[in-house]
Amino acid sequence: MSETEILRLLECVHDPEIPALSIEDLGVLRSARVTDNAVEVVITPTYSGCPAMDVIEADIVECLNSNGFRDVLVTTRLAPAWTTEWLTEKGREILKKSGIAPPSRCGNADFSVNKIIECPMCDSKSVELLSQFGTTACKALYRCQKCLEPFDYFKCH
Amino acid sequence: MNKHFQYVLRMGDNALILGQRMSEWCGHSPFLEEDIAMANCALDHVGRARMLLTHAGTLEDKGRTEDDLAFLRDEREFFNFLICELPIGDYAFTLMRQYLLDAYHFHLYSRLQKSSDSVLAAIAAKAIKETTYHVRRSGDWVVKLGDGSDESHRRMQDALEEVWGYTGELFAVDEVDDYASRKEIGPDPEALRLDWERDVFDKLRTATLSIPDEVWPISGGRKGVHTEAMGGLLAEMQFLQRSHPGLNW
Ligand SMILES: [Zn+2]
Repeated sequence: MSETEILRLLECVHDPEIPALSIEDLGVLRSARVTDNAVEVVITPTYSGCPAMDVIEADIVECLNSNGFRDVLVTTRLAPAWTTEWLTEKGREILKKSGIAPPSRCGNADFSVNKIIECPMCDSKSVELLSQFGTTACKALYRCQKCLEPFDYFKCH
Repeated sequence: MNKHFQYVLRMGDNALILGQRMSEWCGHSPFLEEDIAMANCALDHVGRARMLLTHAGTLEDKGRTEDDLAFLRDEREFFNFLICELPIGDYAFTLMRQYLLDAYHFHLYSRLQKSSDSVLAAIAAKAIKETTYHVRRSGDWVVKLGDGSDESHRRMQDALEEVWGYTGELFAVDEVDDYASRKEIGPDPEALRLDWERDVFDKLRTATLSIPDEVWPISGGRKGVHTEAMGGLLAEMQFLQRSHPGLNW
């Protein structure tokens, strides 16, 4: 089996905290390698303390086990560090549909300075910060000043 | 003891003990958003501790895992700064401690990104982004509460006086720091201190707080000599692994 086919199998592994998002869309899945009957999958963690990473690792093993691979090795690679720039275009759309404003396109310079944030419900750019930390460490809590809906914003990292 | 190991272990201990302290606020913070923010920041520190202690275990090369190092060492074998282990106090104390350490971590991890130890550099590249958010939040609170009501100002000033004597330890130099900066594993503590002081003095002035006079520096954590508060913290943190060795999720 080729790397592409393994990666396709892994499309069924999702982020336990944002279940609509696959680990591919999240940008966590870096590569896969097949040797005889074993597979090595490389992932890069989103955040230092992200509790989702352990679940993701277990789900990768389970997914590949159920597809006939008995020996699965999941390796964590720290460098280069994951960044929100690795979210795929599809991933950004899924976030928005789930009511989470995707991270602004920030590049690496002044990544933490908030750029324009749109309300995922009504696209209004008139929003206010409620809290720098939302439901998880990677999000901040905002409120739309037009439709008044509070929403999570996926912070730039 | 292997100095490189010791250097990374100290950093791991700081992250672990501070994260453990912060997590005590979970469910008890003044309001919901703050509760969530504090717990999330605590998680960043614990996550960092996991990576640092894993790396320390590798450097030591005696087969100790992150869990062994976190849960199976006694008080005298922990080398965190004393400031990390102090009880949470009131929210003013918690935020003041947080800000002083966030400012320290900001400059530390900025520099560690260039460490000659590539694993440490990778951990730092992750940590610096988290800390950028941490220091902005805690710094905002220091200004808001310092330059706030009479009571909030008084409490922040009291907190500053109480914790100030513990900050000297952050920049103390011994043979381990010396080794780390010579090998370019870690930054020069003196340069770090200058950057920290510049930021902190500036922030405290904006917060209308007065910088305490020279105080008697309190230290010991890096020699494994701790405050009275450390025993209780470890008892709570290590209880499960001590009573059910090897227990797993
Ligand atoms: Zn809206």
